[in-house]
Amino acid sequence: MIEIRKLDKAFGSHRILRGVSVDIKEGELFSVIGPSGMGKSTFIKCLIRLLRPDGGSIIVDGTDIGSTSSESTLARVRRSFGYLFQEGALFDSLTVMENVAFGLKYLTDIPKSEYPGIVREKLALVGLKDVEDLKPAELSVGMKKRVSLARSIAAAPKYMLYDEPTTGLDPVTTGMVKDLITDMRAKLGITSIVVTHDLNLALEISSRVAMLNHGEFVEVGAPAEFRRSDNPAVKEFMRISHLSRE
Amino acid sequence: MKFSFTEKLGHEFMSLAEALGSAALMLKSVVYWLIRSKFELSETLKQAVKIGVDSFTVTALTSFFTGMVLALQMGYSTKNLFNEPLFIGTLVAFSMLKELGPVLTSIVVAGRAGAVVTAEIGTMQVTEQIDALYTLGTNPTRYLLVPRYLAFLITLPLLTVFADFIGVMGGCIVGAVKLGVPASVYFDDIFTYLEIADFLHGFLKTYFFAFMIATVSCYKGLHTKGGAEGVGKSTTEAVVVSMVMVMVMDYFISALLVAVGV
Repeated sequence: MIEIRKLDKAFGSHRILRGVSVDIKEGELFSVIGPSGMGKSTFIKCLIRLLRPDGGSIIVDGTDIGSTSSESTLARVRRSFGYLFQEGALFDSLTVMENVAFGLKYLTDIPKSEYPGIVREKLALVGLKDVEDLKPAELSVGMKKRVSLARSIAAAPKYMLYDEPTTGLDPVTTGMVKDLITDMRAKLGITSIVVTHDLNLALEISSRVAMLNHGEFVEVGAPAEFRRSDNPAVKEFMRISHLSRE
Repeated sequence: MKFSFTEKLGHEFMSLAEALGSAALMLKSVVYWLIRSKFELSETLKQAVKIGVDSFTVTALTSFFTGMVLALQMGYSTKNLFNEPLFIGTLVAFSMLKELGPVLTSIVVAGRAGAVVTAEIGTMQVTEQIDALYTLGTNPTRYLLVPRYLAFLITLPLLTVFADFIGVMGGCIVGAVKLGVPASVYFDDIFTYLEIADFLHGFLKTYFFAFMIATVSCYKGLHTKGGAEGVGKSTTEAVVVSMVMVMVMDYFISALLVAVGV
């Protein structure tokens, strides 16, 4: 379980997160939506301490990583996370095989001889085969995203963070990524946190949706409750996203 | 918003202090991981090839022609003064070993390999690959910086030794072909008047230069912001700062080595 309490983050004088609090329960698919530039990526990066919060706590399975400076504590907690980056963030100089096996080397004690089998298994899970020897530059945007997802789940994380998983993808690949996210939860039981500005995606796949507006969660609830929200920011966002509440 | 001169000056000092602080923290992290982490042999070798082996041709060309032009200038200068070219070997070897070998090699490496390192780390920074390293259980200092520091520290002194030798050989060719100084006389001059301390003076300096180039290149790469434009800006800054620092450090390290008798 992840407990977030009064999370604050500012860049210079610009306050991005203003006392954000929420509990993310095990096995749930929690989505954070909101317009661009409202702090969604900052929120998700704070969760895994890629950014250090200015205040508040992030308690992951009983360990507060919000303010710790201990490299070993951070490394231990980060082991339970997988992270799908917006642009994939695949290592350009490595092949697909080396990219997917990367986490196995540093996060697990699995013998090296078992890497190829695990990599092929994870690639198959995201619908890819015979791409092991390709470099990221030889892959399409959708393929990069899928390889990145295979890399993130290779070391069997407990939590999975998705940063704008469908941005820049065509409708077919968007549908594929959406299915992959729900599959990860259904097949592997991974607790998932998705940040996106794609309201359709969030309402369709999530068990709970939160809207981040000006650094605060202005609405948190199940998709059905979310659709019925009277919050003006939510209503406006839904209107812009061409959705009506029934 | 308009800022006064003092505000701008204060802002510049704060930026400088922040940069120095960040660089110090980076160095602390490099030392920590250098001691603590398992030696990444394959990554270090890969970087040594990129930084050292790939810089060999340009270093060889630079030092060869430097040695040649030194012999030519010294030869004609001594010929004008004494009616014959004197001590060509001594003058070329002395200049190459103590100054030109280490300084020119460092400048070539800063311009070629330093730029590669900054561009590579900078691109990784703006495409979130550095963040990805953290999420995959690796500290970027351990995986990226330590192998590059080691590669610079291993290859720059070695390249300098090659550059010294190639420069001396360039001088020898010009001495023999253009000035009529036989190779035996040329090398006899070198071995009579040059001491091991002269070689060490230049050789030891390269470790300081290697450390500085690695620090500037890695720091600029890690602090890249703003996409492709930012990568270009960081790379240019890294090369300019490294080159200037080589010249500035050369004076102070030389003075220090002279003071301690090397």
